[in-house]
Amino acid sequence: MAERDASIQATALNHWFGTGEARKQALFDIDLRVARGSFTVLVGASGSGKTTLLTLLGCLREIQDGSVILLGQELRHATKAQNVRLRRRLGFIFQAHNLHESLTAQQNVLMGLQVKGHIDKAASDRAAAHVLGLLGLADRLDYLPANLSGGQKQRVAIGRALVGNPDVVLADEPTAALDWDTAANVVDLLKRLGQTRGTTTMMVTHDNRILDRADRILTLEDGRLIGDEDRRA
Amino acid sequence: MSRLLERLLGRLPIGWLQLIHQRGRFAAALSGVAFANVLVFVQLGLMNSMGTSTLRPYEFFQADIVISAADANTLVEGGNVARQWMLQALADPDVVGGMGLLVANVPWDRGETDISLTTFGIDPFRPQFLAPEITADIDVLQVQGAAIIDRMARGLPQEEAAAIRRQTPMAFETQGGTLTAYATFAGGGGFGGDGYLLVSDQTFLSLFPARSSGAPDHILLRLRSGADPNAVAARLRELIADPTLRIRSYADAMAQELRFQQTQRPTGVIFGFGVLIGVLVGIVIVYQVLSADVADHMREYATFKAMGYGQGFFLGVVVEEAVILGVFGFVPGVIAGWGILTLMAMVTTLPLYISFGMALTVFVGTVFFSALSGMIATRKLAAADPADLF
Repeated sequence: MAERDASIQATALNHWFGTGEARKQALFDIDLRVARGSFTVLVGASGSGKTTLLTLLGCLREIQDGSVILLGQELRHATKAQNVRLRRRLGFIFQAHNLHESLTAQQNVLMGLQVKGHIDKAASDRAAAHVLGLLGLADRLDYLPANLSGGQKQRVAIGRALVGNPDVVLADEPTAALDWDTAANVVDLLKRLGQTRGTTTMMVTHDNRILDRADRILTLEDGRLIGDEDRRA
Repeated sequence: MSRLLERLLGRLPIGWLQLIHQRGRFAAALSGVAFANVLVFVQLGLMNSMGTSTLRPYEFFQADIVISAADANTLVEGGNVARQWMLQALADPDVVGGMGLLVANVPWDRGETDISLTTFGIDPFRPQFLAPEITADIDVLQVQGAAIIDRMARGLPQEEAAAIRRQTPMAFETQGGTLTAYATFAGGGGFGGDGYLLVSDQTFLSLFPARSSGAPDHILLRLRSGADPNAVAARLRELIADPTLRIRSYADAMAQELRFQQTQRPTGVIFGFGVLIGVLVGIVIVYQVLSADVADHMREYATFKAMGYGQGFFLGVVVEEAVILGVFGFVPGVIAGWGILTLMAMVTTLPLYISFGMALTVFVGTVFFSALSGMIATRKLAAADPADLF
């Protein structure tokens, strides 16, 4: 894979939690290249290091040892300001929706656009409504999270991550609260974004039905990358 | 409101939306800010009233320089001054006139209530030392036992004061003698007395036989037009060089008494502390509300952090909330403060009111300190770690 085609590139990545005798290594020598526009699924048992890897790739944690190049930028020794700027090019989908309770569905999605700077209000309103429409929530734009079901909230959170056309989407069990049809719709949407816009998705999931649609499956065990299955071939 | 704020801020008015989402907490916060405002307004009103009433007697006279005893921190206190210094001061080419001012409190038994009138003994043949309102009636003081009384004195009914004319004077017993008020002027009760009385120096001495015209409480000096009071006062201090005296411009004397009343007198210090406590209460209330709000939204803020929102954004949201609390809390605060001060003014006859300047100062102070509280509250945001969200 050519360097310029890799959205994410990790080399000899190690990570520890704690200090002194309580220090515990969570990741061991991870080497990884993720192609631009690919849909990669990360699997592994609980505590295998999936989430830690995701937070390191999303510049949410400091790189302690090794290297991560995200969208062409080395994260090791990156300043906070560099990390903040880079995070604006990412889309995060958390297991919990973390929607702002005071904002409507549309306003929550707008937060994903607003972070990129001033955008024409009418245009951003249209973009937010469009994304929510793609996620089947066209009739829920003005609903507060308290008035949405769990699945609807999660779809709003997905809309918030996608509305800004991120270069990389990092998702942790994003479909756990969704029925299969909706989950499949979300996965299709992410794959379509990969094909049309080059959006790279790395998703942690235990849902085997999603594994079937993945371009690539990475398996982590006790902090080590033990499996790397490329399914595009 | 949301649209207006969105236009102003150029982003979603998250602070406003958060506040109105929890209306009960919003109302409680506004009540708290309003309460702090009321505290500040009442204390400032009292302090302002003390300033106004402190300076009020100075307005009865027209002078450029005042010679007082060194311990005379106020117009109604301190030792006497030998009149010889007035004669000495008149030697200065810029000093065109002088008058001894006698001061004492006169009790007035009005049956159910005894009132105390701060009484000034003046030379009725020197009208140039008196305010125009008083000058018009000064000739009545040439009659022994005559007085001009403060029609706003506490304890003197308005209709009774309004009836006082030269043709219908009001006589009253005091200090073992009889005084007859032929005219009135506007004074007003203060913190040290219930009102004022003007009599001639001769009448004053008959009320207080132990006093002497050779030792007034103050000496008032008028200067020729265009003379600099401070420069003349400095010359007189060199000329007289008596450490038992204070020779100041009239304006300095007023400023120094005001400062003395506000910083040395227990009442002034108490009112000052009252203002401080009001400000602190406001800061604590706004801080508590905002820090609870920040704590409640920690996950949402952490999510925003993960999305790439910087510290400036969070500061903006919290300060937005703080400013809204400050502005919206000010409105009921100023109304309640005005009502309380008006009621207090009716009961005490003190000049208690909210001036435009005071309202503006409190408004700016409220918004500033609310914003400050907001900035302090954002320190909690450091605990919002987006890595914990996964």
